[in-house]
Amino acid sequence: MIVADKKPVEEIIEFVKDDKKILILGCNECVTVCEAGGKKEVGVLASTLRMYFLNQGKDVKIDEITLERQCDHEYLEEIRDVADEYDAIVSIACGVGVQFMAEKYHSIPVYPGVNTCFLGATEKRGLWTERCQACGNCLLAITGGICPVSRCAKRILNGPCGGSSKGKCEIDSNLDCAWQLIVDRLKALDRLDDYEKICPIKDWSTDRAGGPRKVVREDVQI
Amino acid sequence: MRLNYPTSIKIIRVPCTGKVDVIHMLRAFEKGADGVCVIGCMEGDCHYKAGNFRARKRVEQVQKILNTVGIGGDRVKMFNLSSGEGPLFAKYAKEIHEKIMELGPNPIKLKKNKAA
Repeated sequence: MIVADKKPVEEIIEFVKDDKKILILGCNECVTVCEAGGKKEVGVLASTLRMYFLNQGKDVKIDEITLERQCDHEYLEEIRDVADEYDAIVSIACGVGVQFMAEKYHSIPVYPGVNTCFLGATEKRGLWTERCQACGNCLLAITGGICPVSRCAKRILNGPCGGSSKGKCEIDSNLDCAWQLIVDRLKALDRLDDYEKICPIKDWSTDRAGGPRKVVREDVQI
Repeated sequence: MRLNYPTSIKIIRVPCTGKVDVIHMLRAFEKGADGVCVIGCMEGDCHYKAGNFRARKRVEQVQKILNTVGIGGDRVKMFNLSSGEGPLFAKYAKEIHEKIMELGPNPIKLKKNKAA
């Protein structure tokens, strides 16, 4: 899922301090799971802003809506009739949701309420870690299911490097060396022969290096 | 025991302090409460294992939010006691009452009344 973290409320206040009608828009997908932008967080942010403005002696109307998703036309259309009523929308979906929202509703400023961080997994409640960098050319089949692109600080494809020490990475003694994990995993799978094979130079054109990307699937287009 | 505690305190019963969420405390302040005091079981004695620890963290979150919006994080506090400690409950109730009296009314309530 896409992992996001809450933006400091002071930053959000700065965005909307002059507005009179504000919509706080949440998303029921990834940001709900990582407890940054779901219905609950919409309620807390709205309540915080209401109290802030009341304390400032300002009469500001703050409404709360949480959509199923903010990255699909059909769900964003649900607020078509009400969106124009607001001076500003604070979207606490990921960066995709904020942008899709801004593309769809040109006349209303849309502000981000979270910082979108990475594609990751929930290790335990309150701890999310990166697992994928969406490089567009998946290598997991040859690395025993552990991604050197997202989990190795150097993104090296024939590791480990000299900075690997006792299974940890030189950038942080608490961070596992991805290549140590790969070797351990391949050993457990009895596939260490795969480790001996040199991984050829990766085609990075499918990564962000090739500019903004798109996936075109004519087979599912109508 | 027939103990007395300040009449300014309204008790809201919950199955466990783990049920008390950030939004519940914020709504209380939004509606004009001068203070919120969460009283949970002793740490380590939670029937649901971690309910009172969750509550403590949420109280800390609310304190931060209240400081940010300018109401003052001191208006919310968490206490721990066992169900057999009536006198301690009365003591804590008195303590929070005195603290709130010292801080004065919730500024939001004053502004709301002024606007109305």
